[in-house]
Amino acid sequence: MSDEASVSRRHFLAVATGVTGAVGVALTAAPFIASFRPSTRAQALGAPVSVDISKLDEGAMVRVVWRGQPVWVLHRGKAMLAQLAGGRVPLKDPESNESRQPAYAKNETRALRPDYLVVIGNCTHLGCAPLERFEVAPADLGPDWVGGFYCPCHGSRFDLAARVMNDGSPAPTNLVIPPYRFVGDELVIVGEDTGATA
Amino acid sequence: MSAGRTAEASAGGGSRAARFIDWIDERFPLTAMMKEHVTEYYAAKNFNIWYVFGVLALVVFILQFVTGILLTMNYKPSAEDAFASVEYIMREVEWGWLIRYMHSTGASMFFVVVYLHMFRGLMYGSYKAPRELLWVVGMLIYLALMAEAFMGYLLPWGQMSYWGAQVIVSLFGAIPVIGEGLVEWIRGDYFISDITLNRFFAFHVVLVPLVLLMLVVVHILALHTTGSLNPDGIEIKEKKGSDGIPLDGVAFHPFHTSKDLVAIIVFAIIFASVVFFAPEMGGYFLEYANFEPANLLKTPEHIAPVWYFTPFYAILKAVPSKGWGAFLMLAAIVLLFLVPWLDRCKVKSIRYRGWQFKVALAGLVVSFVALGFLGLQPATEKVYVYAARVFAGIYFAFFLLMPLYTSRERTKPVPERVVFRAHE
Repeated sequence: MSDEASVSRRHFLAVATGVTGAVGVALTAAPFIASFRPSTRAQALGAPVSVDISKLDEGAMVRVVWRGQPVWVLHRGKAMLAQLAGGRVPLKDPESNESRQPAYAKNETRALRPDYLVVIGNCTHLGCAPLERFEVAPADLGPDWVGGFYCPCHGSRFDLAARVMNDGSPAPTNLVIPPYRFVGDELVIVGEDTGATA
Repeated sequence: MSAGRTAEASAGGGSRAARFIDWIDERFPLTAMMKEHVTEYYAAKNFNIWYVFGVLALVVFILQFVTGILLTMNYKPSAEDAFASVEYIMREVEWGWLIRYMHSTGASMFFVVVYLHMFRGLMYGSYKAPRELLWVVGMLIYLALMAEAFMGYLLPWGQMSYWGAQVIVSLFGAIPVIGEGLVEWIRGDYFISDITLNRFFAFHVVLVPLVLLMLVVVHILALHTTGSLNPDGIEIKEKKGSDGIPLDGVAFHPFHTSKDLVAIIVFAIIFASVVFFAPEMGGYFLEYANFEPANLLKTPEHIAPVWYFTPFYAILKAVPSKGWGAFLMLAAIVLLFLVPWLDRCKVKSIRYRGWQFKVALAGLVVSFVALGFLGLQPATEKVYVYAARVFAGIYFAFFLLMPLYTSRERTKPVPERVVFRAHE
């Protein structure tokens, strides 16, 4: 009887010790795992950047770095907007329902103002930087090409509103639009918006 | 102590050297371990050339260890300095170029010998009972080796280092729900940055080598528990002489070690030829795009990993969906782990197996090599994508259909003893 009591007591103590130890290990592991997250400095370096667009001609594109990501600011003139409207290749997500963008860029041109496209130049497939291929029907991209972006890594194709084409492109969604806002006609602030839809 | 005196001393029974060994043996099982793993470990006498690649892998591992430690003494793991410090090693550190080329060539040669070693295992049934665990541990080594190679490749901070890491790390983003957060956690930043480089360096030089070392020890201990198989797929332990030694076995040392030494010398000749005459191996061992420092704003025209990853990369590229592409790439590796349970044939060696397995294994080799080639090709050519789909199909068929075709094999009778003809 006392032997049995002793065995069950030992069993209880062994389990209690094991559980306490496991909790201790888990609590110690938590800060170790958390130390992998972006540090305060990394977070501070992710601050907004401003882009001067006063000298950006129609059809020209400027690249800036925001959070280490290439952000493109493309001045789409009337010609480009016409090219965009004339696209014949079906799109995977024409309404941008599956794609990431601020609410004010969830429209036909994916922009706050139709004449400027502000977009993160990382392919949503595996993060390569697509190339700007604004010419119409070049030899390597075929007769249906009306200008857009082409990813050389795995062949994803995007139109001039950075929407992915539904022609075997491996990218699942349209390119990501960062938060941004205009300051007059001269500046675009990338990484910050007024919070409300403009 | 002169050589003459040592020889004289060891000739006598209770010599000073023997007494010293006794002193150790009372405190540590030195002699017992030497006997168990070296001088009295019996392996079949009919080993052929396919049986040298395990030892060669060990040789490359030691080489990588030594050259790697020497490289850390001059390399700087920061986005600012990494590329320049590699150039510094190449141009200004005495023999730095040799040490670096040995390390970069060693990485590729590691995969060469490991792939041949794995093929040997598939061919002669080295994964079959009771060696399943041996095979699984070997596959874990392969996995750790891939992690080691991938993280090491970021360290020179060249264009291909950077964009290759970008592609592979973002694969984790394909995991539903936690994907994006996981990617940020791995990078420690919103992009592949100095922070990422620093932690990959820690993994590459501390954590993964330690894991590899432990796995190699476990692999060898498992091997020495089951015993090595042989090209006939016969368990030599089942036929022992009156002395308890397998009739078809010879001691690892001096018999197999002397044969391995020849293999090591031949391997060293090949290795040195690459290091001295073709360290870049035409862009296959060191990619030309990586001679340019990492540029966050400009993707190289054409991203391809180093040759040893291209078969899996071709599978990823062949699938027009990120999630499924990543899944199939992972599946291509996971299936290798399951081979011991997928193969239903009782006969181990290909020498006595039916045509089904021979055809399937040939299909696996052809598809693996073809995928390796296709993984290096640019994505613009549709024909490569379709070809990759066909070969990926063959690759997966080898594994998924294995239970079917291996249970239908008509095998040949397996001999009682190993087939061996002594040299004149």
